[in-house]
Amino acid sequence: NTVMAAQMTDAHRRFLQVLMSKGITEASEARKLHHHCCETDKVYYAHDKLDDFISTINRHLQPLFMQIRKGMSEEDGRAYYAVVNLAETEVTKMASDYTEIELELFRKTMDLIILSENGFASSTDILNLADKLKTKKMKKKEAERVLKVFVEDKWLSEKNGEYTLHTRCIIEMEQYILSNYQDVARKCNICHSLTIQSQVCESCGIGMHLPCVRKYFKAQTEPRCPQCNEYWSYDIP
Amino acid sequence: ELVQFLLVKDQKKIPIKRADMLKNVIRGYRGAYTEVVNQAGRTLQEVFGLQLVEIDPKRHSYILTSNLPCAEGNHPCRSKEKAKIGLLTVILSFIFMKGNSVKDSAVWEFLRRLRVHPGEQHEIFGDVQKLVTEEFVRQKYLEITPIPLTDPPQFNYQWGPRAAKETSKKDILNFVAKVQGKSPKFWSSQYNEA
Repeated sequence: NTVMAAQMTDAHRRFLQVLMSKGITEASEARKLHHHCCETDKVYYAHDKLDDFISTINRHLQPLFMQIRKGMSEEDGRAYYAVVNLAETEVTKMASDYTEIELELFRKTMDLIILSENGFASSTDILNLADKLKTKKMKKKEAERVLKVFVEDKWLSEKNGEYTLHTRCIIEMEQYILSNYQDVARKCNICHSLTIQSQVCESCGIGMHLPCVRKYFKAQTEPRCPQCNEYWSYDIP
Repeated sequence: ELVQFLLVKDQKKIPIKRADMLKNVIRGYRGAYTEVVNQAGRTLQEVFGLQLVEIDPKRHSYILTSNLPCAEGNHPCRSKEKAKIGLLTVILSFIFMKGNSVKDSAVWEFLRRLRVHPGEQHEIFGDVQKLVTEEFVRQKYLEITPIPLTDPPQFNYQWGPRAAKETSKKDILNFVAKVQGKSPKFWSSQYNEA
């Protein structure tokens, strides 16, 4: 039994500091960073031991209710890392950066996105929300500015005038979303993580991430639902 | 809990006041304040490599600084932040090379030569005047003090306490030397100070 309770070294701390300041880091970037940190702080480096490296950090973050978590982008299927708060309370990380009214807009936008069929909310719909906020009505120009900030800060991402949750947001708020939107939020049938943009089987209702669909059907001659075997009628991404 | 509070507050680079710490987190544990803060400080060092530094002993305000040896190249910030750090470094260098204290007119004249004008909206920095005289001062990178008995009022620009903790005169001198393609020893009085 390897009771090598690995110690935090400066390499671990540097890695953590950079991850925290970037908000979200793509997997290949994370590997480069791992290498860079070990080199800079002269710590033993094994290129395939990133997971162990991260586990060491996570062991020390656990008593603080924080964790480095890995997630997948629903756009490109790539893996990303983010430092998240495990305390399941409200959008804690956002709370200090935005005003009460901005937070309300975000929460309502998140409602729209999660309740939608395709995981997107149109800017028109969001602007209509802004007009009906409880705290105070938000003018169109102000709402557009706030949406821009949400995109810059990686809580939302925008495509063709429609908004969905950024990968960073999904990684950070997965627990929160799964518990607060229990009846509506879906988990991918293949990888079992929260999915926002999903393709849903018309017969049995299971959902799958778009990249997961792509991977799953690659090996099939005929696309059929993994659960109920009905023909999969959507376009394979 | 205090650790998280400190991390979140520090992300915005605004100094954390002891009063805020007491109000938001420590609440019931007043008597154990010192112990709680010390424990948080130890955790910050052990896990994050960050140090809780008191920059104003009178008003009890703190910042978090990294106590990891500085690494070339991988400065952890987004591009807008990188640009701000660039501008700040240039200003800090100017102040240091001119003897640690410079008049505001000299600073803006220097910036004007770099095509950064106080009156205009800069394409990257936006309202530069606000950035330099408000944001950098609030974040404790710069200290701007009015010069008494001047009319119209003039100001002195110096390094703020965060600048002193996050970089060093040595680093700045090396930066200037690199930019100018000379050896740091070329500036003997600054070299001796650094």
